[in-house]
Amino acid sequence: MAVVEKQFTTISGVPIEPLYTAENLRDFDIGRDLALPGEFPYTRGIHENMYRGRLWTMRQFSGFATPEETNRRYHYLLQQGQTGLSVAFDLPTLMGYDADHALAEGEVGKCGASISSLEDMEILCRGIPLADVTVSMTINSPAAVLWAMYLAVAEQQGVDWKAVSGTIQNDILKEYIAQKEYIFPPRPSMRLVTDTIEFGARHTPRFNPISISGYHIREAGSTAVQELAFTLRDGIEYVEWALARGLEIDEFAPRLSFFFNAHNDFFEEIAKYRAARKLWARAMRDRFGATSERSLKLRFHSQTAGCSLTWQQPYNNVVRTAIQALAAVLGGTQSLHTNSLDEAYALPGEQAVTIALRTQQILAHESGVTNTPDPLGGSYFLERLTLDTEKAAEDYFRQIDEMGGMIAAIEKGFPQSEIANASYAYQRAVEAKEKLVVGVNAFQSEDQPIELLQIDHTVQEHQERKLAALRARRDNSQVRKTLDALRRAAEGTENTMPFILDAVRAYATLGEICDALRDVFGSYQETAHI
Amino acid sequence: MNPPIRVLVAKPGLDGHDRGAKVIARALRDAGMEVIYTGLRQTPEMIVNAALQEDVQVIGLSILSGAHNAIVPRVMELLREKDMTDVKVIVGGIVPDQDAEALKQQGVAAVFQPGASLDTIVDFIRRSAVP
Repeated sequence: MAVVEKQFTTISGVPIEPLYTAENLRDFDIGRDLALPGEFPYTRGIHENMYRGRLWTMRQFSGFATPEETNRRYHYLLQQGQTGLSVAFDLPTLMGYDADHALAEGEVGKCGASISSLEDMEILCRGIPLADVTVSMTINSPAAVLWAMYLAVAEQQGVDWKAVSGTIQNDILKEYIAQKEYIFPPRPSMRLVTDTIEFGARHTPRFNPISISGYHIREAGSTAVQELAFTLRDGIEYVEWALARGLEIDEFAPRLSFFFNAHNDFFEEIAKYRAARKLWARAMRDRFGATSERSLKLRFHSQTAGCSLTWQQPYNNVVRTAIQALAAVLGGTQSLHTNSLDEAYALPGEQAVTIALRTQQILAHESGVTNTPDPLGGSYFLERLTLDTEKAAEDYFRQIDEMGGMIAAIEKGFPQSEIANASYAYQRAVEAKEKLVVGVNAFQSEDQPIELLQIDHTVQEHQERKLAALRARRDNSQVRKTLDALRRAAEGTENTMPFILDAVRAYATLGEICDALRDVFGSYQETAHI
Repeated sequence: MNPPIRVLVAKPGLDGHDRGAKVIARALRDAGMEVIYTGLRQTPEMIVNAALQEDVQVIGLSILSGAHNAIVPRVMELLREKDMTDVKVIVGGIVPDQDAEALKQQGVAAVFQPGASLDTIVDFIRRSAVP
């Protein structure tokens, strides 16, 4: 017998009325709140024809073991019809340590590809035409360094930087808030981010120098509203820093991109994406006086919710992912990653990632949901949820503004404790079976075993050998010279990107470059609260 | 009445995903235990030293990065070196069955995989902590 829930709430705990009718939309104004697709405030999507014009980019986040093995996976995914690449780096790379650093022990290649130098980036991109394929890189604290490596490879391929298109995540604020992969303290980190935004505005007009991310905030246990509010408020912070640098709003705002989670609660998620576009368009116009239409349009990538996938009965994860992906598509996403069924166990195996990609292809080509923009627009329920989500996010904006902005709020631990409270409340609800998770606290049965991708210690040895050879082969006086120049630039106010590029071209390693910056900026340690 | 059980919740390795560690820490505290949370990026040496200084009966290690086979044996070794083998070590996170068995053979008291309920973990600690 099915268990009936007594309380009707979204997964974020928002109460849902018994029925939605025109009565629920008395404060709703079609012109102000909805408009047409491609029109301000872009509730219905940023393009007039949405997926009739062009499908979303199918971009599977992947990376594991050595750059050689990851490069093989990229060629496989492109052959299977994937339309963009998305690089996952391992933890040492994310934390700015080389594969042969003591703290990298046991972690090399485990959560992504190990990249310690330009040589590794050359291998990662081997045979991939950077003029045609857009590449997204999930890298934050050391984003400037990995981006410099990527631009150096583009140079080697003879590709004009003006034609290079892709994204670096480079969203340091959500690291302090949620994912915790930070190296430097917040202010020098923001300076590095601003350096990349400025450099991008001048030299790489088709590259997104930042992907302002709610994904990790949500994975850390936030509600949908918290994900939305903290992400957009982070975006506002980046804009303020870029303006303070002397950039014009319409010079860099069109290249700001976003990244949201696609979680289980179908309508709540769709409302979140629609509210995001409205809020951003208004913030850009009213707070910052942006006039270019491209500055007002919030473009986003989405990824289905890793934290929603279960270890128990893993094949059910295919179904969860399909529903979440459908929400992202109905919410008007520009690109999408669908998680693989084995995600709760390990990095995806080839068969699992193929099913995940096929899920997107089925949505795109079989489901019919791409035939018209925002097919759910005008639904009493969805429009009410969109309005409420927007208002709740604005409340958070006000609170954070009153604290003096996002950095001050982070230093107070405000977003961190809001998320921890939400995450604990959710876990308690699961524990009390107020929220059911199929296969976990309801409908349990024997687990079906699945085949898993294994990454062994030979990966670390391989990477260490390559690094030792590189350190012996390269011109070490040139390495020292470029690192000294970078240190001086970091001490001053110059843009650090040209200096990072010089160090990368001299084959200074990621760890060496980050150490030079650590010398100047120091390291960050958070005060842990429970 | 017995004094409360003292537990060190630790996040070893480079991974920053602390949702699980924080939820567990709160649940143990709500269950009446005294919980010390180390924060992120603790080496095995730091963890064992903290356990010694805080005089805990239980160490909970939260590892989601796949680095458990490098980290956990080192913690166990340090505990033996310091004659702290009465401290129970439990591991939570993404640990495949095969690895979980191997860790238990090295002296880990329990491995809790994704989906383990908070009550199960609390009960296990209550039953196994040496006062």
